[in-house]
Amino acid sequence: MGDVSIFLQHLTNGISLGSLYALIAIGYTMVYGILRLINFAHGDIFMLGVYLTFYGVIYTPLPWWLVFILAPLLTGFIGILLEKVAYKPLRGSARITILISAIGASFLLQNLGIVIFGGRPRAFPVPQLLNHVIKLGGVSINVVTFIIPAVSILLLIGLTYFTTKTKTGLAMRALSKDYETASLMGIDINRIISITFFMGSFLAAIGGILWGSRYPQLMPLMGAMPGLKSFIAAVVGGIGNITGAVIGGFILGLGEIMLVAFLPRLSGYRDAFAFVLLIIILLVKPSGLMGNKVTEKV
Amino acid sequence: MREKSKTHVTLIILVLTILGLFLANRYLDAYKIRIINLSGIYVTLGLSMNLINGMTGMFSLGHAGFMAIGAYTVGILTMPVSMKQMNFFMQPIVPFLANVEWGFLPALLAAGLIAALFGVLIGAPVLRLTDDYLAIATLGFAEIIRVVFTNTQSLTNGALGLKGIPNYTNTWWSWGVALVTMWFISFLMKGTYGKAFLAIREDEVAARAMGINLFKHKVMSFSFGCFFAGVAGGLMAALLGTIDPNMFRITLTFNILLIVVLGGLGKIGGTVIAAVVVTVMMEALRFLDESIDLGLVQIKGIPGMRMVVFSIILIFVVIVREKGFLKRTKGRELTYVKN
Repeated sequence: MGDVSIFLQHLTNGISLGSLYALIAIGYTMVYGILRLINFAHGDIFMLGVYLTFYGVIYTPLPWWLVFILAPLLTGFIGILLEKVAYKPLRGSARITILISAIGASFLLQNLGIVIFGGRPRAFPVPQLLNHVIKLGGVSINVVTFIIPAVSILLLIGLTYFTTKTKTGLAMRALSKDYETASLMGIDINRIISITFFMGSFLAAIGGILWGSRYPQLMPLMGAMPGLKSFIAAVVGGIGNITGAVIGGFILGLGEIMLVAFLPRLSGYRDAFAFVLLIIILLVKPSGLMGNKVTEKV
Repeated sequence: MREKSKTHVTLIILVLTILGLFLANRYLDAYKIRIINLSGIYVTLGLSMNLINGMTGMFSLGHAGFMAIGAYTVGILTMPVSMKQMNFFMQPIVPFLANVEWGFLPALLAAGLIAALFGVLIGAPVLRLTDDYLAIATLGFAEIIRVVFTNTQSLTNGALGLKGIPNYTNTWWSWGVALVTMWFISFLMKGTYGKAFLAIREDEVAARAMGINLFKHKVMSFSFGCFFAGVAGGLMAALLGTIDPNMFRITLTFNILLIVVLGGLGKIGGTVIAAVVVTVMMEALRFLDESIDLGLVQIKGIPGMRMVVFSIILIFVVIVREKGFLKRTKGRELTYVKN
């Protein structure tokens, strides 16, 4: 009996970590789908989202739930700004060039974080509503562990509706299918790209808030690791594919938690797990679990 | 005629370097000598990364990992036996390394060879990936190497790192290696292998159609780059005397990438100049991070400001020079938006 309850505990932890990875991975996958660009700075956008929430809750008189909505919106606009400054001038140039710019943007945001927010870790103000422990048949679980997957699933349903049913979503999918043809069909590329960055950054910030409620320690470099891992989740699931990103996120989150839980000897290798998984996937099925097969055109 | 004048230029550079180093050793203080050493090491690093990224067109971000391999090889091989016992107090070092004490040159060569071996082992499977996938896979490998080094207590002393590595590196070593790297890479690029590397960079499909063995040349370029990264890591270890796994984070790769981008992808001379300029600037801009006391006024430094400046420079250079560099790679296959 004890084993089952421990397993359930690990399972819920894994699912909640997995949905956090999924939320961040969506931003990577959407941008990659349209621009074929790894937005290296996405993890740092996530960090900005957490810090904006932190400052909003601590230093403004606004109620926390309003900050939890406003901060992601603001982060979304920062995402748009990032694209305009670091990526747009390079549109149409070699991919390595843009990748270098993305890495530069990532380091810029991290170090701006250190300059503005300070290098000292801060404690995230977790609202009481999200932060109490409930007992469920012998398993004591923090309520936030349930809220994370619930919020994620709601957002995913919203996103799926947006991409499949609305006109903007259709334009987005058209752009990711065939950029040149879509742009000939009168789609306003700049607008769609801005919306994509907005939504990716918005979701990353929501993921950040949930992350902060789960692991309430803020640091300017906190975005780097979750960012890389979420990117891996996106690749594992098949980059460019939103469902794939979610599946990849869950595989990664569950895998990491289970590795630590059942092979404690290997717990030091936790951070390497994601990278090993990435390399295996790239070698076995480079297009990812849900990705379309890419044929090389000559 | 042209060959002859080139030989003259090489000779002049060689003589000037030796003279410069001689004068520097004689008249400069320890801090400046250290910067000169670091510049030499960064020249080697920049050139080795440029061989992979600029000349062969493979976007690798694994340099820090290969440096770590080199640094640890030199650290473990050259450290005196008594020092090893002091370092490994948590868990004794693996027996076959406990009584090893090599000279610096064989240790450096071993560092390069082991890094190159790992380069082949890692490169063989991942080098068939392109662009961003390769970047993320090599980044992953560098990260795995770091995590493994943090956990192998009896081999690398884990997170504690190694202390008391003999300080063999001096300006002759660091710049000697830099000159050898410079010579080797320009020699390589003049020959058939170099031509093949460039062809792969320009257009993989066309290169393959011309009968170039993609796999062989990519692995070759990658492992040569890794060799020099390992040697440079070893020099770094013997310069600093202390290493730990956290030194070899992606930030280190970022610094080298900055050198390669500033110097120009595929350019040897530019990389050398950029390496020196960036290393000196890294030190010169230290005032941004630290407080300066000018007696009457105190300027408060902001930690992290230095890297902010460098990131802005990187983005700025990439955007401004976009037309100039990588011009020739601007084929349909490599562009931002692939159809």
